[in-house]
Amino acid sequence: MSTTTIRRSRLHRREHLAAAAFIAVPVLGFLIFIAYPLLFAVYASFTKWNGLGEPVLNGLDNYVEMWNDPYFWQAMGNTVFMMIGIPIGLVISLLLALALNRKMRGTTFFRTVYYVPVISSLAAVAILWQWAYNGDFGLVNQVLAFFGIDGPNWLQNADTAKPAIVIMAVWKGLGFSMLLYLAALQSVPRHLYEAAAIDGAGAFSQFRHITIPMLRPVTFFLVVTSIIGGAQIFIEINIMTPTGGPEFSTASIVWYIWQKAFNYLQMGYATAMSVVLGLLVFVITAIQFQVNRRSQFSIE
Amino acid sequence: MTTVLPVTARRRLPRRVSGGSDAPVGTRSRSYRAMNVIVTIILSIGGIVMIAPLLWTFSTSLKTKEAVFALPPQWIPDPVQWETYIRVWTAGPLASGIWNSIIVSVSVTVVGTVTSAVAAFAFAKMRLPFKNVVFLAMLSAIMIPFPTIMIPQFKMFADAGMVDTLWPLILPGLFGNIVMIFFLRQFLDSVPDSIIEAAKLDGAGYLRIFFTLIFPAIRPAIAAQFILWFMAMWNDYLAPIIYLNSPEKQTLQLVIASFNATYASQTDYPLIMAASFIALVPVLVVFVVFQRQIIESVALSGSKA
Repeated sequence: MSTTTIRRSRLHRREHLAAAAFIAVPVLGFLIFIAYPLLFAVYASFTKWNGLGEPVLNGLDNYVEMWNDPYFWQAMGNTVFMMIGIPIGLVISLLLALALNRKMRGTTFFRTVYYVPVISSLAAVAILWQWAYNGDFGLVNQVLAFFGIDGPNWLQNADTAKPAIVIMAVWKGLGFSMLLYLAALQSVPRHLYEAAAIDGAGAFSQFRHITIPMLRPVTFFLVVTSIIGGAQIFIEINIMTPTGGPEFSTASIVWYIWQKAFNYLQMGYATAMSVVLGLLVFVITAIQFQVNRRSQFSIE
Repeated sequence: MTTVLPVTARRRLPRRVSGGSDAPVGTRSRSYRAMNVIVTIILSIGGIVMIAPLLWTFSTSLKTKEAVFALPPQWIPDPVQWETYIRVWTAGPLASGIWNSIIVSVSVTVVGTVTSAVAAFAFAKMRLPFKNVVFLAMLSAIMIPFPTIMIPQFKMFADAGMVDTLWPLILPGLFGNIVMIFFLRQFLDSVPDSIIEAAKLDGAGYLRIFFTLIFPAIRPAIAAQFILWFMAMWNDYLAPIIYLNSPEKQTLQLVIASFNATYASQTDYPLIMAASFIALVPVLVVFVVFQRQIIESVALSGSKA
């Protein structure tokens, strides 16, 4: 009896050692490349630091500066504004998913076509859209001219630069949400529709009372991930409007952080802004986890 | 939940609920088919919008500098000028950009996949006190946006003298990918504990169990995650732009961005478009080849959320 417990505990100890060794590398990576930088970011946000020397504590100065910095608020406002693409994209991608969920020819082909922008590199896509938005000979204005509309010089105009980036972002992300909606649609239990049809529910009320509720978890996931992604919009801005756009109209918060940190070497101030960004994203994600726990759904 | 979603199952809403009489079923399916035609037309128009910018990139890359500004626009260039695709290699560090991107993406994904998979195995199937606490702590890290930690990371790599080398892009990835660990751990739920116990009784070590039993069993999940990670690394832009300054050290995405900045002022759009198109081709090829795995893993990860 006692020998078997000893043997078992020895076996367990060997398993513990092996398991610890197996998870050691990612745990170490997490500590070095995420946990430590995060703590350092919080510390550096209370310092004056040019990135070359050591950070010097200066209390809440960075946060006060941020509060009084009109560019910070404008960059925040721009970032939030550019999120109007999220609901637009969700509606269009749901319609696309419904269309592709029909039994007909060519759905695989269309699925591929709509997904190609998703996998394309954002840098390359930003370049070609910048070119498509050119006021004189860009593709967009040529198409508009076909309908007799005289298009603006999209990215050079403070009123149209942000919408131009929104349009491109919707185009880029459509395939992704479409695919998730399609997967969710295909996992809605068929008997629900059968039962509803027997009860005399028409197509629209089936859609409203079965499809929409069943898609809610995916919608929620998409809303949250798009907000988190949208809060970090950078590449499009940096390539299409390298100076932050006309009248700072397209400068996003990450673009502004990057600019302050690596062009103006105000690392302390930039870190303070990045901590605020991190907090915002954390709050959004925490809300998601909370709500998601309440509305669990499974595919069974 | 752990198996791959049935892609073709439950495609269609029930059509034959009215039972007995055939007439309504016939008209219904006829109207369904008529609707399909309309839907196909709308989807085709949308599909053109999705693909047009890419086709236009390719078409522009084959034009002469003058033909770019021709009105009405030429969809099929006249004359077709393949010469740009030769010129582009000497116009900037495109070849070294591709090479750098390959070094970063391949080393990170190959090494990082092994470290992630081994860790996922330990998290899912091995006994270790507090392993779930550790796992949750790591999982919470996916909430931290990269911009929040990029400046301290930059300081670390600057102190280590690694700025303007590929190391800051490679090193963090070698330690594994938390998202990948998460999905592989979920997938491992479908592997029965009994086969592991049996192998243990036969005296197999844990590494051997991993490579002979676990790895083959979760290969599809690994493949899907590997491809997604590879494409993300290949397309990355923010980290490279922070660390890399010298043109010959830059990754492909930075090289095409600097093509864009340099040659736009010379209105050499065919050259910019050729470089951008070359940057798009590798992921397009990967996508076409692994389309099923990519689509299934994306759909799976979304429905798991």
